[in-house]
Amino acid sequence: MLSPINVSIESLNLMTLVPMLIPIVGALLIIIIDLFKSNQHKSLYVMLSLLILGIDFVALIDSAGVFEKNGTVMGLFDVMLIDGLAILSQFIIVVASMLFIPLALTHKRFHEFSYPEFFALFLFMIAGFQFMVATDNLILIFVGLETASLALYTLIAMHNRDKSFEAAVKYFTMGALAAGFFSFGSMIFYALTGSIEINQIAAVLSANSYEDIGFVLIGVVFLLASFGFKLSMVPFHTWTPDVYEGSSAALAGYMSIVPKIAAFIVVMRFFEFLIHSGVVWLEVILYMGVVLTMTMANIWALVQTDVKRMLAYSSISHAGFVMAAILIGTTQSNSALFLYWILFSFTNLGSFSMLWISRQKNLPAHQQSDHSYDKFAGMVKASPIAASIMALFMLSLAGIPPFALFWGKLYMISSAVTGGYTVLALIMALNSAIAGYYYLKLIVYMFMREPVAGYDGRVFSSNATLPLKTIIGIAAIGTIFAFLVVNQLLDFITVFVYNSGY
Amino acid sequence: MLDHILSILIFFPALAGMLGFVVNKDSMRSYGIAVAAIEFFLALWLWFAFDSNVSGMQFMEQIALVPTFGINYIVGVDGISLFIIILAAFFTMIGIASLGETKDVKNMIITLLFLQMTMVGVFAALDAIVFYIFWELSLVPMLYIIGAWGGPLRIYASVKFFLYTFAGSLVMLVGILFMAYFYYQATGQWSFSILEWYRLILPESFQIWLFLAFFVGFAIKVPMFPFHTWLPYAHGQAPTIGSVILAAILLKMGTYAFIRFSLPLFPDASVYFMFPIAVLAIIMIIYTAMVAYAQKDIKQVVAYSSVSHMGVIILGTFALNVEGITGSVFLMIAHGVVSGALFFLVGVIYDRRHTKLMSEFGGLASVMPRYATIFGLMLMASVGLPLTINFVGEFLSLLGFYKQSHILTLLAGIAIIVGAIYMLAAYKKMFFGEITKEENRNLPDVNRRELFALIPLAIITVWLGIYPKPVLGTINTSVEGVVQLMHEKAISEEAKKRIPSLDILINKTSAKEAQ
Repeated sequence: MLSPINVSIESLNLMTLVPMLIPIVGALLIIIIDLFKSNQHKSLYVMLSLLILGIDFVALIDSAGVFEKNGTVMGLFDVMLIDGLAILSQFIIVVASMLFIPLALTHKRFHEFSYPEFFALFLFMIAGFQFMVATDNLILIFVGLETASLALYTLIAMHNRDKSFEAAVKYFTMGALAAGFFSFGSMIFYALTGSIEINQIAAVLSANSYEDIGFVLIGVVFLLASFGFKLSMVPFHTWTPDVYEGSSAALAGYMSIVPKIAAFIVVMRFFEFLIHSGVVWLEVILYMGVVLTMTMANIWALVQTDVKRMLAYSSISHAGFVMAAILIGTTQSNSALFLYWILFSFTNLGSFSMLWISRQKNLPAHQQSDHSYDKFAGMVKASPIAASIMALFMLSLAGIPPFALFWGKLYMISSAVTGGYTVLALIMALNSAIAGYYYLKLIVYMFMREPVAGYDGRVFSSNATLPLKTIIGIAAIGTIFAFLVVNQLLDFITVFVYNSGY
Repeated sequence: MLDHILSILIFFPALAGMLGFVVNKDSMRSYGIAVAAIEFFLALWLWFAFDSNVSGMQFMEQIALVPTFGINYIVGVDGISLFIIILAAFFTMIGIASLGETKDVKNMIITLLFLQMTMVGVFAALDAIVFYIFWELSLVPMLYIIGAWGGPLRIYASVKFFLYTFAGSLVMLVGILFMAYFYYQATGQWSFSILEWYRLILPESFQIWLFLAFFVGFAIKVPMFPFHTWLPYAHGQAPTIGSVILAAILLKMGTYAFIRFSLPLFPDASVYFMFPIAVLAIIMIIYTAMVAYAQKDIKQVVAYSSVSHMGVIILGTFALNVEGITGSVFLMIAHGVVSGALFFLVGVIYDRRHTKLMSEFGGLASVMPRYATIFGLMLMASVGLPLTINFVGEFLSLLGFYKQSHILTLLAGIAIIVGAIYMLAAYKKMFFGEITKEENRNLPDVNRRELFALIPLAIITVWLGIYPKPVLGTINTSVEGVVQLMHEKAISEEAKKRIPSLDILINKTSAKEAQ
């Protein structure tokens, strides 16, 4: 006789699910509204999404309060894991999404925003990412990852350029491969340890002191490849520039931030114990990955003729830079990862938004791509304020103090120094110098070159509306005045990371 | 107000620059001059209120910036930085006042005001990160000045200038972070305060590595041979005002940083590297003097001669005794005045003829007598004629190094004398002989606006050449503090020997006071 299973509702701790359920409910709400009255203006959906994300944000503040009081909370048969990492990364995900969604309110009409499904998918994607970071169960990670990725592929495909469809298919194919790798890697670890929880896997592996090292390494290779795709680590980066080029600038900016922080969290959870297990081979592989990603992406970025592709390579390089935090694996470096990513999201979203407001409906004859360098030549004459703001973002990305990203770089390099990775610290510093060149190239075009023939100064703000300008303003203020909040951010992050045991 | 005078000096120009966006284009010049004059008088007030008998930092301010990570906004001034700050304020003022016909004059003046903020900031900062912030930030306005107002190769020159310096300072940043980490290991607290770092005594092997990391950043800025290749381009392409500020102030950041960071933080490494650096400095003096002789362009001659004299400053700094360092700090000011003036003078002729080739001129002395006189005076000062400002600095620098090595000093001394050849040759080509070109016959002499810049510089050149004491005494007091600190911190026997102790000297003065 099977006895009935008795599970008390309290032990499920359903509160842990609330931040993820909010966007799901919101997405369903948007679809229901469309069911009753279709063809509504996009501003309705944008504001609804913003409100839902606002509620999500409040729910996160709530769980942050719980974490500060009680520490890590488990829920839903211990599948959910709400620790400091989960909360911090959800903050980044939700805030970046709140900064992204008003970018849909463009002056020109783009057809993807006329579908309410765009916004519903967007909210589903956020829920997917939130699930991904708030668990250490490999299956739930997989579910979150796929929910988010499938939604993201669709969002890219909805853009109205020829290349968008190509980009979406490319991303989808690569993503499917990565998903295969992930499931295969997870399978190996399940076979080795009989568990799909990362902390269980770590416990079992260290209990038998890594006797099946061969299988562990095979599993690691598959997982590393899978996350290499998601984080666009060299040599799994090839899709990135094409996908960024094909998707709208706003979405490209979003893709350079949110999917990556989610992937970073999983990598941090998974590789943290492996790095500290003393498997030298793994450290070497990661070291090479970090250095290659930083350096090669920088060198490729030097020769780009399109600003958006340049920013795509630059964000690969930044991801490599941040990946170093996983390799170093100290509390300081993990805190540096979050600090860097928060500051990076402001700056990078700002610079992609600057591209977005200058997006033309059709390409003029003299222009080869949407955002070629030539387009920005002599920009300072037509719109000095826009040029200055763009230059500000470029300087921040290059790591010129006292702008936002400098503090991230400072703390990250310091963590490399403290962690004993002197050579890595030097490589990181020199890579920042290489990167200086291509950021400077845009500044040179904007401030020092004469405009090209057929030049139309209005193009730089052709897509601008008040919401877009507001977002750029927020990003610019965040970039300039970062030094005022770095201390609070650092304290906050360090407490959360430390109390999660990382 | 005196409590916050340094912060006012740093941020007043930047604030004025921001408000300057509102000022009408036609009134911009007057606005710029007014702001720079206020700044200059504030700087003079700082000198007036400065107590020249104190060797330590004065007018210190401290505000927490990122206390968790030990980063604080700390500023202060001592005898070493005081005069460079005044010089920066002075050059910005006369630079704006004598600005010729330029396109986008409004942007230029705003950029100069921002540049002034970063210059004063570098010399006043007492926290390594704040120092680094101003140090890096100073690249941006200069990049814009060269890139937007420069000659035909301006973009190449400006990007080269930026990347060279940027790469070097990132290595320095790693050094700064290491230093902070060592401090953290020793005391359990993060701190980037230079004065707190002074108290830390590091083992010699650490000192050597850190010295090298800082050296890369500073040497590129100075620029020392073989890192000097960006400078001729920058000078060649920059507009007059850009060259003036670059030569007079920006290059001094490197030499100043040696005295502020390298010497007191790493005394043993400084002794260890004394001779290699001295050799580099002498190569720099001789080699660039020879290159200068080969130039056809008068601005390049001035640019290379400026590099050549920076070599003497380095030599004086690495004499590691009071005479040498005092001399090198004084020479920084002298070099600023003289090479700044020479670049102004080149700008004067360039405005008239739009060429800088010496072969285009000849016999200018009879057409432009006033111009020729001032040029001659500055040239003599640059060569190091006694009773001019450069002589005092060069003499003391060489005297200081003479105590370390006779041979090398002799070599440097001869090189300086030989260096006079190219300057005199250039002067002869331009000013004496027949007037070869028709265009030169009716050139107007220097006008009032240009005299406004040149006369004060000429007065300073002679005044401080004859009576350097008001400046030299103040510098000396602070340098004695630095040398004493170095002597106390040094661990190796060699370093103790090379860096003289000042106990005897101080005892003598206190004994005198007791009587």
